[in-house]
Amino acid sequence: MNDIVTTIDWSRAQFAMTAMYHWMFVPLTLGLGLVVAIMETIYARKKLDPKSAQADIDEWLDITKFWMRLFGINFAIGVATGIVLEFEFGTNWSNYSWFVGDIFGAPLAIEGIFAFFCESTFFAVMFFGWEKFSVRQHCAATWLTAFGASLSAWWILVANSWMQHPVGMDFDPDQMRNVMTSFTDVALSVTAVNKFCHVITSSWALGACFVISVCGWYLLKGRNTGFAFSSIKVAVIVGLVGIVGAMATGDSSAVGVSQDQPMKLAAMEGLYEGRRGTDLVAFGILNPSKKWNDDQDAMLMEIRLPKGLSILSRHDPNAFVPGIKDIIEGRDIIDGKEVNTVNYNERILRGRIAQKALRDYNQARECKDIVGMDKARDKLAKHYKFFGYGYLSKADDAIPSVSMTFYPFHIMVILGSWMLVFLIATVWIVFRRPRWTEYSIAGHPVFPWLAVISAPIAWICSQCGWIVAELGRQPWVIQDIMPVQAAVSSVGSGNVKLTFFIFLFLFSCLLLAEIGIMLNQIRNKK
Amino acid sequence: MTYELLQEYWWFLISVLGALLVFLMFVQGGQSLLLQRDISNRTRELLLGSIAHRWELTFTTLVTFGGAFFASFPLFYSTSFGGAYWIWMIILFTFIVQAVSYKYRNADGNRMGRETYDRFLIANGIIAPVLLGGAVSTFYYGSDFTVQMDNLTKDPMTTGNVISTWGQYHGLELLLNWRVVCFGLMVFFMTRVQALMWFINRIDDEYIQKWCRRQTVINGAVFLVLFLVCMYALLTATGLKTVDVHQFQIIRFRYLLNLIQIPAAMVALLVGTLLVLGGLVRTVLSTEFRNGIWLTGTGSVLVVLALFWIAGYNCTPYYPSCTDINSSLTIYNSSSSQFTLETMSYVSLAIPFVFAYIAWVWYKLVK
Ligand code: HDD
Ligand code: HEM
Ligand code: HEM
Repeated sequence: MNDIVTTIDWSRAQFAMTAMYHWMFVPLTLGLGLVVAIMETIYARKKLDPKSAQADIDEWLDITKFWMRLFGINFAIGVATGIVLEFEFGTNWSNYSWFVGDIFGAPLAIEGIFAFFCESTFFAVMFFGWEKFSVRQHCAATWLTAFGASLSAWWILVANSWMQHPVGMDFDPDQMRNVMTSFTDVALSVTAVNKFCHVITSSWALGACFVISVCGWYLLKGRNTGFAFSSIKVAVIVGLVGIVGAMATGDSSAVGVSQDQPMKLAAMEGLYEGRRGTDLVAFGILNPSKKWNDDQDAMLMEIRLPKGLSILSRHDPNAFVPGIKDIIEGRDIIDGKEVNTVNYNERILRGRIAQKALRDYNQARECKDIVGMDKARDKLAKHYKFFGYGYLSKADDAIPSVSMTFYPFHIMVILGSWMLVFLIATVWIVFRRPRWTEYSIAGHPVFPWLAVISAPIAWICSQCGWIVAELGRQPWVIQDIMPVQAAVSSVGSGNVKLTFFIFLFLFSCLLLAEIGIMLNQIRNKK
Repeated sequence: MTYELLQEYWWFLISVLGALLVFLMFVQGGQSLLLQRDISNRTRELLLGSIAHRWELTFTTLVTFGGAFFASFPLFYSTSFGGAYWIWMIILFTFIVQAVSYKYRNADGNRMGRETYDRFLIANGIIAPVLLGGAVSTFYYGSDFTVQMDNLTKDPMTTGNVISTWGQYHGLELLLNWRVVCFGLMVFFMTRVQALMWFINRIDDEYIQKWCRRQTVINGAVFLVLFLVCMYALLTATGLKTVDVHQFQIIRFRYLLNLIQIPAAMVALLVGTLLVLGGLVRTVLSTEFRNGIWLTGTGSVLVVLALFWIAGYNCTPYYPSCTDINSSLTIYNSSSSQFTLETMSYVSLAIPFVFAYIAWVWYKLVK
């Protein structure tokens, strides 16, 4: 294979792998941070209230400290994986770093200046400040740590959303890059708001499931039951708010995707040819030999919800949703009118025109030919929208992997729905029918087991979400403007391959070490 | 503010972050001292205990240094990181293992054993200062790259369209350059001296006090020798001067001239050096004096500031290219747009508040 192709593939693999490792720890930081802050607030209120019993105060201090310890173990490794991602933009996506660095660097810097310092400073208070700070101050520090974590999520998601839906910028041919024209457009884009809300709420659900899962194990072993019940009560409320929020914001994310990244939406649903009132595939098996321009069925089998996709993505049961073929051929129906959007062959042509105009502009500038520069600049501006398509050789290059988008999406939605059912049931059980936790089938206690598996389910769900978001937008690093092949660094593939395996080895060792330490803490709880 | 002023302001902020980072790397210096053969279990735990919760601050400063560089001088980010690939990657490896080590080394259920984590700490303690120092010295001695903007419009699949390209060793070639290695080692010994000053200041233990003072003599001496060699190499080095945005001219004694032409840098360098010397000498001569860290700390920050200033101000390209001098990066041709720098400058006004709460929290914590 061509070395550049292998470099691209290994760089993608490396970014994906390191990001997925980072994302194992980050949602737990976000979710557990909130849970711990609430627990400490309960403790602080009891402590400050002269009427509370000492046993009660001690119980909540114990609860807070236990979950805080697990938080700390997880936090360290989240930090270790995060730094890699930041530097990888430079090391592996060097063209990208120049081409959009003017816009993309800002959120990253702001994240460092505010969020990370906030987080790491108050984190120290959380762990070593029990004696040195008052109850109120300490509790505030715990909230600030959770707040700092969410703030860092906010800025990094602003950066990511901007890649999915670039706004607030202009291309400047003199500098050969995109420059920012509006900071507020970048920082407050609808895409960013949606993404942030979805990520945060889903992480609350994940953090809650983690707590419930650990407590489930205690119930299973018949130990620390009082502790387990009190912890679950806090967690399940957070979890329920989280999962309902995740569903609502997941829906608005899908609406956003249908507008900004119709190709991603089509891939998420395995939809090749759209129609009015498109069904939602609740579950299905894709036909692996299906091509976008042949007549085979897209699905080998499926369960459909009538008109579901039209409702989900355009909030109208009879709306038309374009499929992959429609998008490539440039067909859509908006407000009942058939519209001809630009088809992909045309986009590729226009992309090439834009790139040629940029070359001409540079030449004209070298000859100080003002007229030529103006002409080239106008042409470039006119076609810049499709600049990235100029790097593609055929329309097929612009289709993401349908199976790697479709399955993760459906897994996320199905498991997410299960989490909703489970969390509602848990609220009912722990607050109203605690005896039900002892119910068992064939000697297996049902609730504790369901609780134990809720954590892995939440993690799978969360990882699948990112796979949908990131694989579904392929080949774009910056939607429509820069595909992956134009973004890489010029590093031989052998180098990237080697670093890939070193990261894989390091992260895997650290993950195992972390799990070992966590399990030990859980097992040895008195 | 004019565009030039903004660019200079951001180089100033970068120099401040860089100087703080070098100072905060006393954590790394302390880790590297675990290598000493005569160290007992008790000494080791006391030493590590006193820096255990400082590493987050160093780490976060590094992250912010990276982020701020990206936001203000993206062309550097693109060129150096993608080019000197191996240098940055090795630095990353050691920071990854450092981040977990403090927490995991003594945790129950730690299956890899305490020693493994201690080795991680030592590796980070040595490699990070040497390589980061070496990377900074390329601000004077140049690197093996070219920058060709037009590449963007070429075909990625056939000709390749990456704007910054680097020689085939991707940074490893720097390790063969004695001036770079010397600079890296100088930074390394500086972090060790700093760590010793920190221990002397923080740990109330007679044995450790003695041990640290003995170590200070050795490490301080090595540091001073390296410092003199590096200064000699730097001040006699040839460098580049900007003629036009992408045109440069070779000048002898470039950095010596800069020092003379930028009085602030001269003052910072001299005062900084004196403070470091003063701190060292007083600590070595007196067994009572424990505040050396204030002198050497302030001194090192001043010296690093001066080094950044002569690298980037006075029309000097801060990232010279040896392969094609006209590809060299200056703070004017590699920065973000005026709009971005301006926006980020508003953001930077909040930095003092961030410093203030960090200082307050740490003041309460150590009291
Ligand atoms: C516990 C985690 C979790 C749960 C229960 C859900 N999600 Fe999710 N989802 C994520 C965790 C997640 C995520 C990891 O946080 C993602 C990845 C990128 C992002 O913005 O959030 C995501 C992305 C994501 C996207 C892609 C957004 C984009 O590409 O910009 C859509 C359309 C949905 N989700 C929709 C849903 C729906 C309809 C759910 C209802 C059951 C749902 N998600 C539950
Ligand atoms: C590619 C994108 C990302 C980069 C470059 C990145 C960078 C980093 C870095 C450098 C750190 C360590 C900070 C420190 O020194 O304290 C970190 C930690 C963290 N990041 Fe990321 N990150 C990315 C993705 C994300 C996402 C998507 C989220 C959340 C939605 C997130 C949330 C966090 C949080 C909460 C922490 C705190 C520590 C922890 O993980 O437990 N990051 N990240
Ligand atoms: C933390 C959770 C994340 C996960 C699990 C994740 C997952 C992935 C995956 C699977 C890919 C590979 C796609 C491919 O095959 O090309 C990828 C690529 C990429 N992602 Fe993400 N991503 C995450 C967060 C982010 C964030 C927050 C950003 C931006 C700030 C980001 C930026 C990128 C970039 C630049 C690439 C490389 C170019 C590309 O392949 O698209 N990712 N990510």
